[in-house]
Amino acid sequence: MTTLANIGATLTATRPRVVAALLRYFRDLDAAEEATQEACLKALKSWPQNGPPRDPAGWLILVGRNYAIDAVRRQKRQEPLPPDDVLSDLEDAESALADRLDDAHYRDDILRLLFICCHPDLPAAQQIPLALRIISGLTLPEIARAFLSSESAMEQRLTRAKRKVADAEVPYESPSAPERAERLGAVAAVVYLLFNEGYAASGGTAHVRVPLCDEAIRLARLLLKLFPAEPEMLGLTALLMLQHARTPARLDADGTIILLDEQDRELWNPEMIGEGLALLDKAMRHNRPAPYQVQAAIAALHARAKRAEDTDWSGIDGLYAVLERMQPSPVITLNRAVAISKLRGPAEALAMIEPLAARLVGYFYFFGVKGALLEQLGRAPEAREAFERAIALAHTPAEAAHIRQHLDRLSADPGAARQLAKKV
Amino acid sequence: MQYAILCYHHEETVFAWSKEKDAEVMGKLGAIQDRLLKEGKLGPSLRLMPTSTATTLRKDREPALVIDGPFAETKEQLLGLYVLDCSGLDEVLAIARELGHANPGGTYEIRPLHYFQAGKTGP
Repeated sequence: MTTLANIGATLTATRPRVVAALLRYFRDLDAAEEATQEACLKALKSWPQNGPPRDPAGWLILVGRNYAIDAVRRQKRQEPLPPDDVLSDLEDAESALADRLDDAHYRDDILRLLFICCHPDLPAAQQIPLALRIISGLTLPEIARAFLSSESAMEQRLTRAKRKVADAEVPYESPSAPERAERLGAVAAVVYLLFNEGYAASGGTAHVRVPLCDEAIRLARLLLKLFPAEPEMLGLTALLMLQHARTPARLDADGTIILLDEQDRELWNPEMIGEGLALLDKAMRHNRPAPYQVQAAIAALHARAKRAEDTDWSGIDGLYAVLERMQPSPVITLNRAVAISKLRGPAEALAMIEPLAARLVGYFYFFGVKGALLEQLGRAPEAREAFERAIALAHTPAEAAHIRQHLDRLSADPGAARQLAKKV
Repeated sequence: MQYAILCYHHEETVFAWSKEKDAEVMGKLGAIQDRLLKEGKLGPSLRLMPTSTATTLRKDREPALVIDGPFAETKEQLLGLYVLDCSGLDEVLAIARELGHANPGGTYEIRPLHYFQAGKTGP
C-alpha cells in the first residue's frame, strides 16, 4: 500500500538530490527545476500503480533528464514523444544510473546547488526565498505568504536572484577543500537565518512560523548527511533541534510569549532534545570548538535543567564568554548579561549592557532586557521608558503584547512589579 | 521461537513526515503493539535516532577507529526493531504484514534470535 502522503514525503525528501543532479546535467537552474517538476508529476502517476522504486532519487533523476532531453528534441524536430509507459520500467536503467552516481559527486552536487541558492553575492532577502523555492520546492504563493510579499513582487525577487547567480558562474568542477569549506560555511549561515526567521518572525502576525523551522532542520540534516564528521554541522543541527524542542511551550493559547523561565518544560519535545544532545556530544569529541557548537552547548544547558531554577547559569556565562571571544558582538554580550543578572544580580548586568546602547539603539531585545533589569532594581520610570522604546521596535504583535504586560505591571503596583520582575 | 523484525526505511522520508503523520503512524502501531503485549508475544521494541547521530567503532585494528556515522551507507537505513515470540515464520510474517499496513513503505528483515537477555534498563 502506498499512500499519496508517503509519496509526497519521498518527493520532498529526495528533491535536493534530484535538482542538484539535474543541475549538473543541464547547468541551468530553470531547466533543472522544470525537469524535477515533471519527474515528480510522473512519479505521482506511476508510483501508486507500480509501487515506489527502490531508489526514488535515481528514478526521478533519470525521468527528469529524459524529459528535458525530449523537450530539446521536441523543439528541434517536433518529433512525437515516446509513450509514458516506456518510462515506467526503469529497473535496469535505474541500477546503471545508481552506479554512475558516485557518492563524492553527489555530495558536491548538492553542496553546489545549496551554495548557488545561498550565494554570498545575494542579499539575505533573496537567498532564503531562492533556497525555499529551489531546494525545498515551496510554491510561489507559499513563499510570498511567508515573507508578507505579493506574489508578483516575490516572483521578481526570485527572477533577479536567479539572474544574479547565473552571472556569478559558480564552477562545475569539484571544489578544492578550502572552497568546499567556504561553501559549507555560507550555506550553514543561510540555514541558520532561515531557522531564525521561523523562530522569531521579523514581521507579520505570527510570532513563530514552525514550517520555516522544520525546513531549516531538514536542510541541516541534509548537510550533516553530506558532512557527517564536520563538528560545526553537528553543532548547527544540534542547536536548531535544541531550540526548536521548546516551541510547544513558547506561546500560550492566546499567542502570548512565555519566557524561558516560565515555560512548562513538560511541553518541550524530549525526542528532539535527545537528538540534539546526542549530536552535540559527537561534535565535542572532535575538540574543535566553534560558534554553532558553543551556542548548542548553551541551549543544551537550558534543555538539561528540569526546572528553571536548576539552570547552570555559571556554565552559560562561561560559554557566552567563549562565544564573545570567538565572534565579538554586542548581541552576545547582551545575552551574557542575562546570565550575569541571574548570577550576580541586575545592577552588575545593567552596568554590562549600558556601553552597548549606541550599537543596539534599534534592537528590540536590548530595550526589553534593559527594562526588565531596571524594573528589578525598582527604577520604575526608567524601566517604563526602556519598555516604551522596546514596544516601538517590536517585530510582531506577540512581542509588543509581552512588553505591554511589563508596562501594565509597572503602572498597577511598582512594588509587586519588582517582585514579579525578579522572575523574568 | 524468538524473532527480531529489523525495520528499514529511507530515513530522509521518515524524518520529512509531518508531526500529524508521525502521530498517526505511531498511533496505529501502538494499537497493534498493545494487542501483541497482551498476547505475550512482544518483547522490547525500539525506534532509533537518525543515522547522523550514529558513531561507529571499527575494532578490527588497535587502537580501534572511531568514525562519525553509521556502519554502512545504505539506501534504506535501520530505523528500529521489534523482538517477538512467535510459533514460527508464518506467524511472524503475518505480524510483520500487519505492522507494515500501519506503517507503509520501507522493508522489514525478519531474523530468528539465538540469544536474548532482557537486561534491566529502559528509557
